[in-house]
Amino acid sequence: MIRVQAEDFDVGRELENLSKGNLSVGGVSSFVGLVRDMAGDQTIKAMTLEHYPEMTKKALAKIEAEALNRWPLEATLIIHRYGRLEPGDRIVLVAASSAHREAAIEACHFLIDWLKTQAPFWKLEETPDGGQWVDARNADDKAAGRWVNKDPGRAE
Amino acid sequence: MRILYFAWLREKAGVSEETITPPDTVATVADLIEWQRQRGDGYGEAFADTAVVKVAVNQEHVGLDHPISNADEVAFFPPVTGG
Repeated sequence: MIRVQAEDFDVGRELENLSKGNLSVGGVSSFVGLVRDMAGDQTIKAMTLEHYPEMTKKALAKIEAEALNRWPLEATLIIHRYGRLEPGDRIVLVAASSAHREAAIEACHFLIDWLKTQAPFWKLEETPDGGQWVDARNADDKAAGRWVNKDPGRAE
Repeated sequence: MRILYFAWLREKAGVSEETITPPDTVATVADLIEWQRQRGDGYGEAFADTAVVKVAVNQEHVGLDHPISNADEVAFFPPVTGG
């Protein structure tokens, strides 16, 4: 399931819903991304996330389909926020459920890595020097690259 | 052709969305960028360094050699930073 929204979300409730009524789920893995109060040595007052709605939907659906194709999962969830967020606020939640832990954990890791380099979001930070666009990090490309052409480990 | 701009490309171009009809000689994304650059003002600045400009045609990431037509939606933006 994919949701792109301005509003906050309740992590506990979302994870509970992901496996509710499905007794073949043996594990749920999740990642929550938060706004930090520092970027390098600069203080961040807030961050505004801009996105390309029509493409965001397509890109996230593709990422989710890829995870479902690679691992034996029961369900996946991506919730991504946009708009103005302050330090400590939740930005993103990704989660995957499966019969066994390996698939759930690996798929969750894959989802957040790919989302970082494929989903059309941009971040404008409010710093003491004014607005500053966040640069895409080479480290993110590298992290996403680890999943290219890699067979997922098979859960037992 | 519907053109969209995001993040600092939108700020530099001074527009978030527009509909344009480039000449027939504009056949690829690279052609379109070159044509845009010659429109001057903010466009020249937005497209000054194509190494930091990413492109999507009809909401899919594409390379500079991707063909384009007037029915396409073309978006220009910096490298994405989701998550």
